[in-house]
Amino acid sequence: MALESRVHARKLVEWAKDKPEVVVFSADLTSSTEVDLFRDTYPDRFYSFGMTEQNMMSFAGGMAREGFTPFVHTFAVFLYRRALDQIEMSIAYPNLPVRIFGFLPGITTPGGATHQAIDDIAIMRAIPNMTVIETGDATEVESVFDAIQPIRGPVYVRQLRGDIPRLFDPAEPLQVGKARILSRGSDIALFSSGICTEEALKVTSILREAGVSVYHVHVNTLKPFNAHEVIEITSKVKYGVITFENHTIIGGLGSAVAEAIAEAGLGKRLIRIGLRDTFAHGGSKTYLMKYYGLDALALVRGVEQLLDIHIEIDEHDLQATVQQPIRSASKAEDL
Amino acid sequence: MQAISTTWHEHTKRVAHGIRRRVLDFTIRNNGGYLSQACSAAEILATLYTRVMRIGESCASRIPPPFPGVPSRTNPNYFSGAAYNGPYKPELDRFFISPVHCALALYALLVEVGRMDAQGLEMFNKDGSTVEMIGAEHSPGHELMAGSLGQALSQAAGIALARRLKGHTGRNWVFMSDGEFWIGQTWEAVETLVFYKLDTVGVYIDANGQSADGAIETVMEIGSIKERLAAFGARVFEVDGHDVEALAAPAELPPDGRPLFVVARTNPCQGIPLLEERRPRLHYVRFKDEAEKQRYREFLMMMNGGIHGA
Repeated sequence: MALESRVHARKLVEWAKDKPEVVVFSADLTSSTEVDLFRDTYPDRFYSFGMTEQNMMSFAGGMAREGFTPFVHTFAVFLYRRALDQIEMSIAYPNLPVRIFGFLPGITTPGGATHQAIDDIAIMRAIPNMTVIETGDATEVESVFDAIQPIRGPVYVRQLRGDIPRLFDPAEPLQVGKARILSRGSDIALFSSGICTEEALKVTSILREAGVSVYHVHVNTLKPFNAHEVIEITSKVKYGVITFENHTIIGGLGSAVAEAIAEAGLGKRLIRIGLRDTFAHGGSKTYLMKYYGLDALALVRGVEQLLDIHIEIDEHDLQATVQQPIRSASKAEDL
Repeated sequence: MQAISTTWHEHTKRVAHGIRRRVLDFTIRNNGGYLSQACSAAEILATLYTRVMRIGESCASRIPPPFPGVPSRTNPNYFSGAAYNGPYKPELDRFFISPVHCALALYALLVEVGRMDAQGLEMFNKDGSTVEMIGAEHSPGHELMAGSLGQALSQAAGIALARRLKGHTGRNWVFMSDGEFWIGQTWEAVETLVFYKLDTVGVYIDANGQSADGAIETVMEIGSIKERLAAFGARVFEVDGHDVEALAAPAELPPDGRPLFVVARTNPCQGIPLLEERRPRLHYVRFKDEAEKQRYREFLMMMNGGIHGA
């Protein structure tokens, strides 16, 4: 599987070319949020705010009121923790078309608890008028711009940066509110999001070989949540549902699926895989995914639990399925 | 309306007096209210609306319409209270009130300057009304969500930058309270205004030295707002906030690249000396007993020129 680099950086420059109303804001993380290329290409449409996230959010609301579309960039963790009131009152209440791009979701940063956005979806999802998107690969990172363009209101995009796999066909762009069906099956429904979809893909074929039929769905729109899709798929499977997310199990994908199942009265079992009501700490993505039970093996254990079976897979088997080259250009420590 | 022979400041002073009179009347009938804010802000608001700001006639209904529901993709009926401040035009000024706990004083002003019917004041804090106790953007004279204090200045800065990009010449006036200069975001906004040279932004600060807990200097000392702002690179004037000519003067200077701040030193008991007895707790006036209320009633009668009622 090929990795592609700086997808957000390149696509934003190309996409915003003929959109003079698009202005880009940065809170002293211009290279880190991949808007350096935009800054250098359209210096007149780039605004630097230093570490004034609260001010930056309110300012974005002000500009949006006058017909501009601010694309606010920072690390996911800083926007909803440091500037939540400003997002709610200066942007979301007036339903203004501000695009808020949060980078380094969950444990994708070695920066530790201060840098890891582990509850952003729970919080942003609770805000009225807010649309919440999480991208899962290069195709989604580049197609999210067109996908959210018609939305007349604020959008939060939990975005990926750096070297990103391309899991989905570029001819199938991200569509708001439409999940991707990656495999059909009749035993369990698996809803995964963000980087967990790539992780899940490492085991779904192995599970199939082990005789477990998985209905695997990649979810990119957390709000408005397409409960209808979840209900339809869940009602087709025999044993139950697994959700798999790079986020706390409280308030994110797992909760959204639980709400949908409960409201429909389906009574299916649900196993939520994610951070188990804990903060994380600094370390590599691979280490953190294993330590906090967010890796492919954790998914296998979840399937075992749901089906009450034992599957002959260990870490060694999964190693063999990892096909992606690790490029030297990946610098996880570059904050 | 004032006689043709009167000067602008006589008219402005009369408007300021009218704000105090109407808010006092309301406070008595409501058995409580944000009275000290009207006392300190009366001349500032009156000077802005009658002298400083270039705004058009109100485009709103003289009687405030009922609550239209909150803004959303599915609500086409939402409206802005800014329509009371006239149309949006490139050459016209805009007004943004930040401490919307002063909403009652602003509503009283809108009545005094003929932008809202006196009936609008009677809707204050009534269920289903837009004349809300703490103003929202659908409330008469309001344009922003500012009730969580310290957010309006950044929003106004964003509006000012956008207007500059669009070639607008109108200025952007923000009314603030001194308590907001405790807030980190206020200083972030000042940095931004200075950095982006947003000199179309003019800020009037009602420096009444009061906050919800009492005197600002005892709650959290902030020292000289003027010196702090100057150190940030802003253009600052400190004036007597009850002197309408002194208030108007800084706005007449041509912009010089720096955001303009006018620190208006005010007295929260100005015009209603009875309030002095309530120091240091002036944030919200609730009468202790009937006897106290009666004294305020008698004072109101005096303000009205011996006539009962407003």
